Amino acid sequence: MTALDDTPAGPAEAGQVAAPDEAVGARGLLRALLRNRLAAAALVVLAIFVVVAVLGERLAPYGRNEVSSADKLRAPSLEHPFGTDQLGRDVLSRVLIGAEPSLRVGLVAVGIALVAGVVLGLVAGYYRGLVDDVVMRCMDVLFAFPAILLAIAVMAIRGRGATNAMIAIGVVYTPIFARVTRASVLTVREQVFVRAARSIGAGDLRIMTRHVLPNVAAPIIVQTSISLAFAILAEAALSFIGLGTQPPEPSWGRMLADGRGFIQDAWWMAVFPGLAIFAVVLSFNVTGDALRDALDPRQRSAIESAAGRG
Amino acid sequence: MAAEPVLAVDDLRVTIATRRGPARVVNGVSWAVAPGETLAVVGESGSGKSVSVLSLLGLVPRPPATVTGRATFQGQDLVALPEEALRKVRGPGIAMVFQDPMTSLNPVLTVGRQLTEGMEVHLGLDRRAATERAAELLDLVGIPSPRERLASYPHHLSGGMRQRVMIAVALSCEPAVLIADEATTALDVTIQAQIVELIAELQRELGMAVVWITHDLGVVAGIADRVAVMYAGRIVEEGAVDDLYADPRHPYTRGLLASLPVLGDRARGGEGRHPADLAVIPGLPPDPVHLPPGCPFHPRCPVRADERCATEEPPLRPVPGARGPAPHRVATFYDLPPEDRR
Amino acid sequence: MTAPARTPADAPPAPGEVLLRAEGLAVHFPQRGGPPVRAVDGVDLEVRRGETLGLVGESGCGKSTLGLALLRLVEPTAGRIELDGTDVTALGRRELRGLRRRVAMVFQDPYASLDPRQTIGRIVAEPLEVHGLAPGRAARRARVDELLAMVGLDPSFRDRRPHELSGGQRQRVGVARALAGEPELIVCDEPISSLDVSIQAQVLNLLVRLQRELGLTYLFVAHDLAAVQHVSDRVAVMYLGRIVEVGDTARVTGDPAHPYTRALLSAVPVPDPPAERVRRRIVLSGDVPSPAAPPSGCRFRTRCPDAFEPCPHVDPALADLGGGHRAACHLHGVVGTPVDEAGAALLDDPA
Repeated sequence: MTALDDTPAGPAEAGQVAAPDEAVGARGLLRALLRNRLAAAALVVLAIFVVVAVLGERLAPYGRNEVSSADKLRAPSLEHPFGTDQLGRDVLSRVLIGAEPSLRVGLVAVGIALVAGVVLGLVAGYYRGLVDDVVMRCMDVLFAFPAILLAIAVMAIRGRGATNAMIAIGVVYTPIFARVTRASVLTVREQVFVRAARSIGAGDLRIMTRHVLPNVAAPIIVQTSISLAFAILAEAALSFIGLGTQPPEPSWGRMLADGRGFIQDAWWMAVFPGLAIFAVVLSFNVTGDALRDALDPRQRSAIESAAGRG
Repeated sequence: MAAEPVLAVDDLRVTIATRRGPARVVNGVSWAVAPGETLAVVGESGSGKSVSVLSLLGLVPRPPATVTGRATFQGQDLVALPEEALRKVRGPGIAMVFQDPMTSLNPVLTVGRQLTEGMEVHLGLDRRAATERAAELLDLVGIPSPRERLASYPHHLSGGMRQRVMIAVALSCEPAVLIADEATTALDVTIQAQIVELIAELQRELGMAVVWITHDLGVVAGIADRVAVMYAGRIVEEGAVDDLYADPRHPYTRGLLASLPVLGDRARGGEGRHPADLAVIPGLPPDPVHLPPGCPFHPRCPVRADERCATEEPPLRPVPGARGPAPHRVATFYDLPPEDRR
Repeated sequence: MTAPARTPADAPPAPGEVLLRAEGLAVHFPQRGGPPVRAVDGVDLEVRRGETLGLVGESGCGKSTLGLALLRLVEPTAGRIELDGTDVTALGRRELRGLRRRVAMVFQDPYASLDPRQTIGRIVAEPLEVHGLAPGRAARRARVDELLAMVGLDPSFRDRRPHELSGGQRQRVGVARALAGEPELIVCDEPISSLDVSIQAQVLNLLVRLQRELGLTYLFVAHDLAAVQHVSDRVAVMYLGRIVEVGDTARVTGDPAHPYTRALLSAVPVPDPPAERVRRRIVLSGDVPSPAAPPSGCRFRTRCPDAFEPCPHVDPALADLGGGHRAACHLHGVVGTPVDEAGAALLDDPA
């Protein structure tokens, strides 16, 4: 690194040479994401997913539980592009309508984990000491359980259904957010600007919300994107084993479970909801990785210099 | 001082590709250093002083950097040399000591290993002979109980000790040229004094040429034979250390020297009991991506005595009355009235 | 330019009145599996209203920790700190906020000390918000502009972020933030050492001008003796957690009484080649001992060229050499606290 201390990119006296992209504005971030072709594709998939989730019912050619006993287990055709299930329901319509519960459960569950985990991680990392020990040991205990087992335990207490699935998944992901937040807080709290804020008389709450939190946002954003993928997967898994979204409401996990029995005769019943889960989960993961690169200036410059070499 | 130079740099230019366009970091720098001589390259951050020297050893990644010009060392042109050949020059030919010894030393290798590695590779010594020599070197750089220290890791040592180890590593292959890049900047003044003394002593003993890259005009005064002052990638003034300090001819050099508070001449005498203002160079150094036309210093220059200042690059030329093979030279279109600082 | 501080420029403060006094101040940091690091270990210090007291010493001597302790940014282990007669070490949370309005700080690294996510305007406004000064958006904005103008920055800097500024400009922002609470004392912790040579003079001039205009008091902590000498009325020299010499700048730099001060002064390079060549430099041997295990008696004795019999046995006290010039060295008479029986016998005045 010494080699470049003197270069314009270094922390030189000449302030006007500071790279403008150092500030990660929302627009700059989006631009960085779109430069990555894979991430751009993932964002398109996610945009479609959201539109479908919002419009679902209106996009679907058939009703969610419209049964046509004459059309049971029909293979994909022009009339039913994804085929029909054992009750004669249109699979395409149910995949489109099933996007909404997937997204809702994912968002709410991750929202719960995000708020709880960030608050706990912030407090633990900022105050250290006993608070830190107690909070993080509790998180360790939660973390030690296999995620699905923990979710099942939560649902065993609170009963099945989509709402409880959200709470269960939220609890499962809280420790991850707490850990990510705490790890970043531990480095940020040692920064001179935090001491500087204290030197002018700022209190703990102010320092935590105004100085620490904005500076730990990047890894939390990345974690949010990746957790959304896992939450959607977890919702599907819970529905698959009958604990999540309840029939007859369409849900990708539920549809996958139903299709399992007919996999020999009617592959389309399991494959299309499976592909939907696959595409959305993959897209969230890719976006998460791309966000990580875009938000980490060190990695970003490494990628750029590699690109420059090629 | 009229000895044949061991390292001669001629019209060196380094451009680094950035997202905002090419940054012209070094713009035609020439100097030479002879065995036993100490050349100080002085400048502020962004002046190109480090890059100009690092680029000689292939330590500035290309790309994004492009390096042109010549650097003659033992009959080879370093700029044109491929990486493998350069690797043979680094160490036995030209060795470096950096500002931060903690990052330049490998934290997971013992001091002994870092010393012997180069000697085994470059001097062909076996393990035993190299270890023997390593202990001698640690002794030479003033590290107490050198034999025990061979087994230490860098983090066991204090900053001053680490810098001594770095110097020992640099000397291990008996280089013809030692380059010290802000080698004492991170150290305290009393430790700095030790290191400066040490390098001077070793230079007398081993007859190395030393290139000292620094921003500290005080350190330079004590150690350099010749000084080159850099600004925005150019040498704006150069000469023997006495001439340059006694009668600086470039407005930048003058401004820099005048802006230093100097121990001993306490300039109380502003309003009442407050200290008088120090002389100040207004403004900031230029952005190497957008260098101004003409003399790079002209936007900050208090003199600007020639209309060409804003349009043409002033070449380095001898100051009036300067003599000898390496005269005091300055890059201005005009002559400032002499200023006897003594 | 208006001078909004509570000590206006046209009423020069009574010289000599003590604004801040530290007595027996100690800051020890516990270490896992070892003795505590005695970063500051028994410091007596006075800062007088309107003066600049320079505090010099090498890295690890405790000078920065001492500065932080004055704002209670690190907690003192022992001793008292009095600001205008109030014991600062006994303050509760709420009063602490008041202390940090009266005493402000400028940090070494102007980039690290500014929150990268905040605009310059918000950074400078923060003390105003915290202390409820200049209430209301318009008033606050006007005050921020005024503060920026005071440090020589255009109001347009308000909407920029730290990374868009040069090092010198960032340090000006740091100074503006320190001024916002209208402090009486500013602790400047190495305020110029991370700046380029040509920029250092700009910031030094700024600090001097602000002192003149606002009647500020400075504790100027630095390792650069030339800069300290330039700005300071008095200088205190620290070594291994102790003040070893203190007095008027001219006395301490012109006629140093402590061997460490002499060595320090002789090690500072001077930009004058002929003078440098003939200068006799006292090159100290070895490194500074660990502050976790300081030498017995005088802490400097392991590196001192003048160490003699009493040095390991008597911990020297700061003795008055006249005119407020004080040094802790047995060369000026063996006074202090004996650490053993041999020491007790060596005291000049075994009373």
